[in-house]
Amino acid sequence: MNHTFYIAMSYGITAVTVLCLIAWTWLDGRARRRELAGLEASGIRRRSAKPTEVSQ
Amino acid sequence: MIALLLRDLKLSVRAGGGALIGVLFFMTVVAVIPFGVGPDLNLLSRIGPAIVWIGALLSALLGLDRLFQTDRDDGSLDLLLMQEHPLVLTVFVKCVAHWLGNGLPLVIASPLLGLFMNMSEVAIGATMLTLLVGTPALTFIGAVGAAVAVALPRGGLLVSILVLPLAIPVLIFGVSVSYAAVEDPAPFMPPFLILLAITMFFAVLGPLGAALALRSASD
Amino acid sequence: MSDSIAITKISELANPTRFLALAGRVLPWLAGVTAALFMIGLYLSFTTEGDYQQGATVRIMYIHVPAAWLSMMCYTVMALSAIGTLVWRHPLADVSHKAAAPLGAAFTFVALATGSLWGKPMWGTWWVWDARLTSVFVLFLMYLGLIALNRAMDDPSKAARVSAVLILVGFVNIPIIKFSVDWWNTLHQPASVIRMGGPTLDKEFLWPLLIMALAFTLLFFTLHIIAIRNEIWRRRVAAQRRLAARLASREA
Repeated sequence: MNHTFYIAMSYGITAVTVLCLIAWTWLDGRARRRELAGLEASGIRRRSAKPTEVSQ
Repeated sequence: MIALLLRDLKLSVRAGGGALIGVLFFMTVVAVIPFGVGPDLNLLSRIGPAIVWIGALLSALLGLDRLFQTDRDDGSLDLLLMQEHPLVLTVFVKCVAHWLGNGLPLVIASPLLGLFMNMSEVAIGATMLTLLVGTPALTFIGAVGAAVAVALPRGGLLVSILVLPLAIPVLIFGVSVSYAAVEDPAPFMPPFLILLAITMFFAVLGPLGAALALRSASD
Repeated sequence: MSDSIAITKISELANPTRFLALAGRVLPWLAGVTAALFMIGLYLSFTTEGDYQQGATVRIMYIHVPAAWLSMMCYTVMALSAIGTLVWRHPLADVSHKAAAPLGAAFTFVALATGSLWGKPMWGTWWVWDARLTSVFVLFLMYLGLIALNRAMDDPSKAARVSAVLILVGFVNIPIIKFSVDWWNTLHQPASVIRMGGPTLDKEFLWPLLIMALAFTLLFFTLHIIAIRNEIWRRRVAAQRRLAARLASREA
């Protein structure tokens, strides 16, 4: 029936929106976590890597 | 407080013809509408009150960012924040001054535009009356937006976006009172009183919110 | 009820670190329960029979009504957080209402879109300037305005306080908008009073609707906690970058 189209559309829009939200929060969280990890790593490396930089 | 009122009033009249620009903008907006919908006089007289109200709403928004921005620029906002009067009262007085400088000219200019819109005398009177009662509410609502935008580098457009949804009730009741005066079956008094109530409500809430926002924006 | 849970949650977790620890523990469970509820809800909503009047389109109700409910609940959560920001200066409350705004906008969008898709076969038009629709649309605009405000400000704590003021003013205004739009609408078209929410609910529709509503609510809280956590992390990254820059300039 024609009604199926509307139902499919509305479920589709909802699914897309919700999936976008989930993807946004998830990817955002992953990026932030990576940034934190990167900062931590670079912070450690900066102190430990200093001598090598100086020696170069 | 009276000194502040007079100072703000003088500033709004002198500084770059703020009130004049508001009225000019109002007239331009209303004058543009017939070009859009066509010069059908019956149609214009039917939608006239709504157009005059929307024009007033837009031009009230136009002047809003000046409410606190100029004070912030020349540093007098910090003085206002420091004085011992309650800040809410100061903001209220500033709103009144702003309305006298920008809102009242709109009200005075509205009958002329009503004539352009081919509105009947009753409709013109009703629109003017509702503008007189309703535009203070727009100023008080706008004060919150203006106070919020003080902290922003370029807040002018954002103020309009934030304030317009809040101004919808005023617009609805303003227009419906104007229509009620023309169309017989609809009662005039109830919506008019509600419009009055909204104005008084925002006369309290607007300065409160604006004072709160100003305090937190300028730590 | 879920609001009061949110209050206690937020007031107990003054410390962002403790919040992060708890969020890490709670999130998998919350996500799991949400997914399970969604599966049950979707199964129920597609196996129950259609209404004899509305036909199969009644299935749209199972996502439309929960989304509309969430759009309002989210604003309530934001208003509570705004009180937390202004009264108790709660650092987590700042983060909470900032993180909730995009979620609220998304669910309001879902409610509007599905309502429009439901309206087309039922009323024959995509959009009616009905009281309910108009006030939800205004709510949507307010969410977008708040997001824009948060984006426009650099200092996060100042942005939080200022947008908290705006949230509260908007919260007071929402009943007025609803009421005024109702009034305005009855003035203009008294004949066609359109009732949302469909027919008086039968048990047949009630169960899927309740389960879907619960699933959506849990989904909101899951996403909200994740978004809060992201925001806390983002602020930590910014703080650490500043620290690193300061250290670098001191060393230089």
